Amino acid sequence: MERIPILKVGEFLLVSIQVDMHDRLVLSLQDDLTAQVVVSRAKGVLIDISALDMVDSFIGRMLGNMAAMTRALGAETVVVGMQPAVAITIVELGLVLTDVRTAINVDKGMALLQNLLNESSVIDSHEFHEK
Amino acid sequence: MNSTKSNTLALRSCEDIVHVRQTVRTWMVEQRFTLVDQTKMVTATSELARNAVDYAGGGTAQLELLEESGRIGIRVLIEDHGPGIANIEQAMTDGFTSGQGMGLGLGGSKRLVDDFEIWSEPGKGTRVSITRWK
Amino acid sequence: MTTTTPNRIADVLTRHEQPILEDWLREQLAALSARQDLISEADLRRQSTEFLALFTPACRMGNLTDITTPEWKPGCDFLGDVSRSRAIQGFSPSETATFVFSLKQPLFTRLRQELGTDATALAEEMWSATVLLDKLGLYTTEVYQKTREEVIKRQQTDMLELSTPVVKLWDGIIALPLIGTLDSGRTNVMMNTLLQNIVATGSSIAIVDITGVPTVDTLVAQYLLKTVYAARLMGAECIISGIRPQIAQTMVHLGVEFGNVVTKSTLADALSYAFRQIGCTVTKPAQRA
Repeated sequence: MERIPILKVGEFLLVSIQVDMHDRLVLSLQDDLTAQVVVSRAKGVLIDISALDMVDSFIGRMLGNMAAMTRALGAETVVVGMQPAVAITIVELGLVLTDVRTAINVDKGMALLQNLLNESSVIDSHEFHEK
Repeated sequence: MNSTKSNTLALRSCEDIVHVRQTVRTWMVEQRFTLVDQTKMVTATSELARNAVDYAGGGTAQLELLEESGRIGIRVLIEDHGPGIANIEQAMTDGFTSGQGMGLGLGGSKRLVDDFEIWSEPGKGTRVSITRWK
Repeated sequence: MTTTTPNRIADVLTRHEQPILEDWLREQLAALSARQDLISEADLRRQSTEFLALFTPACRMGNLTDITTPEWKPGCDFLGDVSRSRAIQGFSPSETATFVFSLKQPLFTRLRQELGTDATALAEEMWSATVLLDKLGLYTTEVYQKTREEVIKRQQTDMLELSTPVVKLWDGIIALPLIGTLDSGRTNVMMNTLLQNIVATGSSIAIVDITGVPTVDTLVAQYLLKTVYAARLMGAECIISGIRPQIAQTMVHLGVEFGNVVTKSTLADALSYAFRQIGCTVTKPAQRA
């Protein structure tokens, strides 16, 4: 059975969804991801959906669920790379992705996770400077 | 209005949903719809197909390529023989849900397409027709 | 009798090819005298010669009433090309149709010479030639019209794209200054262009400046809101700036709520907000003593 690979990048996990999601694939991804978060003691998860050409309410709910699950295990999830056409469609559909953090690309997502991590450990007011 | 091409696909499992929306995508790419148009139509199809599979025990999806006074359109007719909808108006409102967590299906799909028609009878089934014009 | 009639026109065309061509050219040049900047006599001669070469054999086939049949296809295709090129060059519809209609006079003259004594045959031939040339003339007008429509359509899309210039203000900050009335078509293109640019530049902040937009109605406000939400879904923040006092008033009267969307009255305010968001500070250099 096909599976979606989960890569470990430093303290984070990177999941890149390249195929059209159907139910069984979603369930196996949820199992694999939650297991990996625990095993690798990851501090954050990046889900790259730049290859997804549509997000309906089913896939939207699945993204929300995965974010909630990993959060319960101590890792924030950031969904990255949503295509403009997909975003426009989601807004028109009226789908609300509650509690799902998003970023433009993997780089920005990684920076966001790093920020969240820093905020929760030490609050460093001199942290901000231009990139 | 002329129908220049037609294809009926079965909707029984979640793999069928994926197949139907991929077919709709292919047709729309062939007719050179914009990416946003494609995505809206594919998403609406996916929502309705899922309703048919999850709450009505499956059904069929009929794809049609339309031509009306030089305009190209794609219509998808999703038909099931499930429990039907007693109050369509209520079912069309956002947030209304019959099964678990499906609240956007009908109202949301309607906003994604140009024409939306629904017929339903409790105990008999539901037919929804959606059309997107180029 | 009907079987012999059509060939008379073809016969005349074949027998008097050269004089007909010369007369026809003279007619065309007279009609297009003001248009010598657009087409040269040599081109006109080439087009006319080519058309006659296609027209005569088609006439010989005997069908002078239906130009949708296969024997007329080469002639019609050629006329279509002529029409299309003239539409693009800037000829008027009547100047374009003149190409076919001005063939009447030379053709009728020769027919009269040939059939001068036989009044019935002459009337018959003139009538069928008129019907045929009218049909071909209308066909050129139709193609002309279609080509113009295509040109207009293309210009509209070009204009839409030109009217949505997305500019980069800083690393990670882009802006879209909007000028003029917003309708749904334009707003759609704008939304698309902005979101595409967010991805292409990897920007996390986009400013939509509506200083140059005269009015904002409910529909336009909704489009703006949708753009903001779509950008947010993608992980970027979209700020609306340039909201003038009247627009703010209209929006409140219309019941449009911008809710948790960041709005600023000027582009400068929006930019300074954006700088804060990405952690940049702008300072004046220390004053010299």
